[in-house]
This record gives sequence, C-alpha cells and structure tokens, in this order.
Amino acid sequence: MLISQLLFYLFSALLLSSSIALIFAKHPVHAVLFLILAFLNGAGLFLLQGAELLAMILIIVYVGAIAVFFLFVVMMLDIEFIKLAHNKRLFSFFGIFIGLIIGAEIGFSAYMWPSSQEALNVDHTIPLNFITNTHAIANVLYSKYQVAVIIAGLILLSAMIGTIVITIRQRPSLKRQNIESQNQRSNTIKLVSPKSGEGLL
Amino acid sequence: MIPISYYILLSASIFSISLIGIFFNRRNLILILLCVELMLLASTINFVAFSAYQSSIDGQIIALFVFAVAAAETAIGLAILVVYYRLKSTVDVDQVSSLKG
Repeated sequence: MLISQLLFYLFSALLLSSSIALIFAKHPVHAVLFLILAFLNGAGLFLLQGAELLAMILIIVYVGAIAVFFLFVVMMLDIEFIKLAHNKRLFSFFGIFIGLIIGAEIGFSAYMWPSSQEALNVDHTIPLNFITNTHAIANVLYSKYQVAVIIAGLILLSAMIGTIVITIRQRPSLKRQNIESQNQRSNTIKLVSPKSGEGLL
Repeated sequence: MIPISYYILLSASIFSISLIGIFFNRRNLILILLCVELMLLASTINFVAFSAYQSSIDGQIIALFVFAVAAAETAIGLAILVVYYRLKSTVDVDQVSSLKG
C-alpha cells in the first residue's frame, strides 16, 4: 500500500516536471525526449492502476513509434529554432490565464468527487475474476466494441493514405515507364487476327 | 489506494500545462503537436483512473481508441508539417497565410 502511494507520487512528480520542461525546452529534440519521459511515467501510472496492456501499448506505440517519428521529422527538417523563439511575452500571458482557468475548472470537479472508503480499499492490481487485464480487454473489445474496432482501423487506414497522398512528390523530370502510351504506339505493335490452323506466317 | 481526485488533479494540471505550452510556443508547429500529444495523455490518464475506480474495463478500451486516433493525428500533422516546410522553408505558424487571397 505504501509502496504504491510512493510510486504514485514519484511518477506524477516526474510527469509534471517533464511536461513543464517540455514546454520550456529550447530545442525540439529535448522536447521530444521530455515527451518520452512523460510517456514512460504515464505508463508507470497505468501499471499502478492495473492497466498493464495500456502501459505496454503506451511504451510500444508512443515511445517506440510516435516519439521516434517526431525525432525523424525534427532531424529531417533542420529548422533554425532560435529565430522562432522571440515574442513570447504577450501570448504567454494569455496562455497562462486560459490554462489556469481550465485547470481550476477541472480541479474543482475533482473535489466534487468524493471517494468512498470501500472504493479506496479496493486493490486494483488484483485481476477481477482471476483473468488478466489483456484477457478482460479482449473479451469486451471484440464483442461489445467490434464496430468501434473496425472504425478505428478505417481511421488508421485513411490516415495512412492521407499521409502518403499529402507527402508524395511528383517530379516532372523523372523518367518513368508509361505502359498505356507504350502500348498505343501504332508503328511498333501490329494487331492481326490469325485464322485457325494457319498461324501467323 | 490513491483517491480518484488525485488522478483528476494530475490530469487537469498536465492538460493545463500543455495548453499553456501551446500558447507559449505558438509559432513552432512541432512543439504545438507535442503539446497536443501531452493533452491526449492527460485525457487517457483520466479514462484509466475512472476505469480502475469503477472496476469497469470500458475506460481502458476508450483509452485504446484514443491511442489509435492520436497515432492518426500525429501522422497527418507531421505530413502537413513536412509539406509546409517544403513549401515555405519554415515551421512558423504565423506565416500560414496562403488562403488569405
């Protein structure tokens, strides 16, 4: 009990500090690295709540794919980030104002949510009905939410096609085989109708 | 165990920090996308906290779909970023003014 509370405070303190360090990072590579640290601590929080599958997916999908994708783009673009950094003063005032308002609104709703003592005593790391977290998710995901799974697949497919369509670059100077125009050249292909039994010659 | 209000406070603070970060780095498109990712992480923490609190698995499944949508959003956003950098040689959001006419 005490260890889980200590881990909660450790993970949340690291999560908050890495997200603060993200928004004040001078270089986007540092920002992406702080994002990875935030995701790792979020995965630790998920583990504390008994959501092991989501913690592993967070590490594999976010840290392994999305953050590396961000690093690729940052590395590829070679932007002068120092030029973008000025004129922060005016908008940081509005940002802190709006952020504090929204944070206070969600934070007040937290105090309006009383936790009963029975709910506090539940240890969520023990799997319900003695099945694992992955088993429980799969039971519901492929029966109750099957349409949502298909829609999520369609979203990912359309994102993939959209990304390819957006970023593809057709160079006009590139020499490529054009099969239709090749077949329609009249002086190279002669269409004959051979009679049966006689052959072409 | 940890009360649910701690998790709500944590996700509210992360959401506000990333919202402040969007305003603070409002000219750099990459940092805006990173802050959006952090916002999605905050909402996912909320979903998982309520899922564990109510001993219901549905919140974790919604969090799974949030991951899928976040992956799609990142792919599209970075593709737009690459195309925009190819066009203008900068990632400054203030210079997105081609539709002004």
